[in-house]
Amino acid sequence: MQANTSASSYKQLEQKSKLTNMFLRWFLYFVLILFASYFIFPLYVMVVTSLKTMEEIRQGTLLTWPSALNFESWAVAWGGRGYGAGDTFLRPYFWNSIKMVVPAVFFSTFIGAMAGYVLTKWRFKGDQWIFLFLLFGCFIPFQAILLPMARTLGVLGISNSILGLIVVHTVYGIPFTTLFFRNYYVSIPTELVKAARIDGAGFFKIFFKILLPISAPIIVVTVIWQFTQIWNDFLFGSTFSFGEAAPIQVALNNMVLSSTSVKEYNVDMASAIIAGIPTLIVYVLAGKYFIRGLTSGAVKG
Amino acid sequence: MKTLKIEDLSKNFGTTEVLKKINLDIDEGNFLVLLGPSGCGKSTLLNIIAGLETINEGNVYIDDYNVSKVEPKDRNIAMVFQSYALYPSMNVKENMIFGLKQAKASKEKIEEQLKKVSSFLKVDELLNRKPSQLSGGQRQRVAIGRALVREPRIFLFDEPLSNLDAKLRVEMRREIKKLHQTLKTTVVYVTHDQTEAMSLGTKIAIMNHGVIQQNDTPENIYNKPNNTFVADFIGSPSMNLIKGKIIKKSDQFSFVGEDSNSTQIPINNYNFDKKIELDNKEIYFGIRPEHIYYKKSNEHDFEIKLKAELSEYIGNEQIITFNYSDQEILAKFPSTAKIEINKEMNLYFDLSQISLFDKNLKERI
Repeated sequence: MQANTSASSYKQLEQKSKLTNMFLRWFLYFVLILFASYFIFPLYVMVVTSLKTMEEIRQGTLLTWPSALNFESWAVAWGGRGYGAGDTFLRPYFWNSIKMVVPAVFFSTFIGAMAGYVLTKWRFKGDQWIFLFLLFGCFIPFQAILLPMARTLGVLGISNSILGLIVVHTVYGIPFTTLFFRNYYVSIPTELVKAARIDGAGFFKIFFKILLPISAPIIVVTVIWQFTQIWNDFLFGSTFSFGEAAPIQVALNNMVLSSTSVKEYNVDMASAIIAGIPTLIVYVLAGKYFIRGLTSGAVKG
Repeated sequence: MKTLKIEDLSKNFGTTEVLKKINLDIDEGNFLVLLGPSGCGKSTLLNIIAGLETINEGNVYIDDYNVSKVEPKDRNIAMVFQSYALYPSMNVKENMIFGLKQAKASKEKIEEQLKKVSSFLKVDELLNRKPSQLSGGQRQRVAIGRALVREPRIFLFDEPLSNLDAKLRVEMRREIKKLHQTLKTTVVYVTHDQTEAMSLGTKIAIMNHGVIQQNDTPENIYNKPNNTFVADFIGSPSMNLIKGKIIKKSDQFSFVGEDSNSTQIPINNYNFDKKIELDNKEIYFGIRPEHIYYKKSNEHDFEIKLKAELSEYIGNEQIITFNYSDQEILAKFPSTAKIEINKEMNLYFDLSQISLFDKNLKERI
């Protein structure tokens, strides 16, 4: 290129880059919208289908908006039709799941926090190995432990009970929660613990008074993670429980598969949405902390 | 009675020996600085004094009482950390009284101490703030305050100034000095900064590889280093250590560089620490850059002709590198002096300030 490019050719170049930028921008939006609709599409179908009557569904108009908003299928999914045997509906199983998820999330988070605290602030001989074995738990396929776990629950006398599921989910949550808390506490200066020891605080006091109050971001991450895992779990639920004690995901499966003559797509869709709502709520309420907690490492002392 | 006494203390992490047979004591009201390069074990020693690390061998006494197995909180010590280590979830007031509360002190006592210390350190305006709302200097002051309210026998400082910027560091250094002058508490202070050590300490213990190299007053550390490590560690630029040997001519001892043709430097007036055979002894001849002059200031100064090779200008001073017997000698002159590079010039060594070291043992002779 010549050294003395004239003013007009600069103008041309400027014009050209403007056009390229505009094109790229539009292309970016196009791709983003494409992916967004790809993800939102199934949800849209679920919502509109759940609001249609069976008659409307049978017409095969999958994508059209329902002619009238019909919440009956939601009521059926939640509370049943009211006739005796064979009427499966979600309400009791929803509460089963709540009764299972809340303690399981609480205990696994708490134990993980404690373990992370010990592994980072009270180093002892072999702590690296313990952490390594704990990490192992993150990589074991859950199918592999179904049989031994079933036997264990049987011996403990808590098979086919919500308590049994709480134990299973707590135990298999600990590797993940420990990993989360360990990585968080590693970035917190150990000098804090030393200062507290000189001030006369003991093991538990340091944990509850010094470390736990600054753990909010990682607690949120852990709670969201555990809640989603446990609420959405089907494998453990279907293996270790049946009938009355089943959590919602198992009930949802039974409901959809055991329908008698006609497939009630609107009820199925409403049930599926109901089963998914709690995780959505948790994520919406705490989501912004989730991102912050995942990325924030150093809490300056 | 010694306020703090350390006896034959050894510490190892696995197979690494961090501290080897440390013996150290400190009198009431003294300010002891543990100085050394990183990894020399000085922080470990401080943690052991605090009771935060266990001991493999030896004992720690506070006021003649063996505290080796006593919990940190019962040792009557307080510690200030490099990262300040203020409890992030508590405000300044809660931070400062946390220790007293743990010790179940009475409400009146807590209030009284808090008031006294916070006005002394001028942090009373900040009592309701969280540590994250404080500047570096304020955090440091609160950390010191937290230590003060406990009225400890011994203050432990673990590199408290190294997180601050250069200007603030000098200010806080002065404040710590004032604090010690006012309160006259016993202090053990860890640092790797020699200026800090020199200006703060009444005693300095220089450590390297887990061994105390010299434990002495700042003046002695500077003027009479025990060995080449101390000589080299203290001073900026550090002491010139010139390899050579002692020669004897008709009862006159002189030093000569490795090249036996180089100028002989008389050392007859040197005060030898040890009685040893001097003739032909291989030694290091040590002289500080600031004890070499470009004009005669004292009639005992020894005149020597050396070639200037390099000039480094640093504002108020300049550092000139000379060549003696193919070894570098650094000299520090005021920057007003006109020095021509690559030219021989007359220099004047102040021989009353030299140090001689055994070349093999690296110890002062």
